[in-house]
Amino acid sequence: MPIQTSKETTALIVTITGRMDALTAPEYEKKFSELIAEGEISFIVDFEQVDYISSAGLRVLLATAKRVKAVNGKLLLANITGVVKDVFEISGFCTLFPTHDSVASALSASLG
Amino acid sequence: MTDTCNKIVAANVEKLPEITEFIEGCADQFGLDSKKKFGLLIAVEEAFVNVCNYSSPDRKGRIEVLCDRVDDALVVEILDSGSPFNVLSLPDPDTSLDIADREIGGLGGYFIRKFSDSVSYRRRNDQNVLRLVVNRSSSTGRL
Repeated sequence: MPIQTSKETTALIVTITGRMDALTAPEYEKKFSELIAEGEISFIVDFEQVDYISSAGLRVLLATAKRVKAVNGKLLLANITGVVKDVFEISGFCTLFPTHDSVASALSASLG
Repeated sequence: MTDTCNKIVAANVEKLPEITEFIEGCADQFGLDSKKKFGLLIAVEEAFVNVCNYSSPDRKGRIEVLCDRVDDALVVEILDSGSPFNVLSLPDPDTSLDIADREIGGLGGYFIRKFSDSVSYRRRNDQNVLRLVVNRSSSTGRL
């Protein structure tokens, strides 16, 4: 699965590559579940290398956000651009999630 | 594109890459710009997945996707012989709710409508037929 994680002091950076569609979404959901089970509650998801997302991908983000919110955690999104950004805007997910222009900006926000 | 192209696959989400490749080929041949192609791929994925999940949940059905050019528009029809199911009958999600209140799901039918210039559903010869139309001109699209 094209997903990489990097632990920072205030959050776990999750870098996703490629497509978040109906075929790959279950794998991402499972991965987030595992990370939450390991005790992670604050995530920054880096979208720089995501080139496609459908409703199945958005569902994973929403389900994960609900779970981390329940434990006072955070799910921040970074580098959402281009056609992927269009999907976020049309679905209302832009206002649903804190989005940042860079991982660095998201990290600063995660300090608060 | 001069002739109708078609692709038939099992009603199984694992077949999504084949459908994506087929639609990309049709869109490229038609000359659809990348933004409109991206929207069409989303609309077709949502329609395909809905058939897999609701119309043919036993995974035994087949889905046929047809691509055709009508004037200056690309027309995609998604046909299945499963139970009657009109994805367009589903209500739009409330996109103004926050994380706690926002329901998981409900975006599929919404995306089909949003990413097509026009869309319609009907039963034809005991099949569900979902017809998506994408105009070549970006100015008429919703993106």
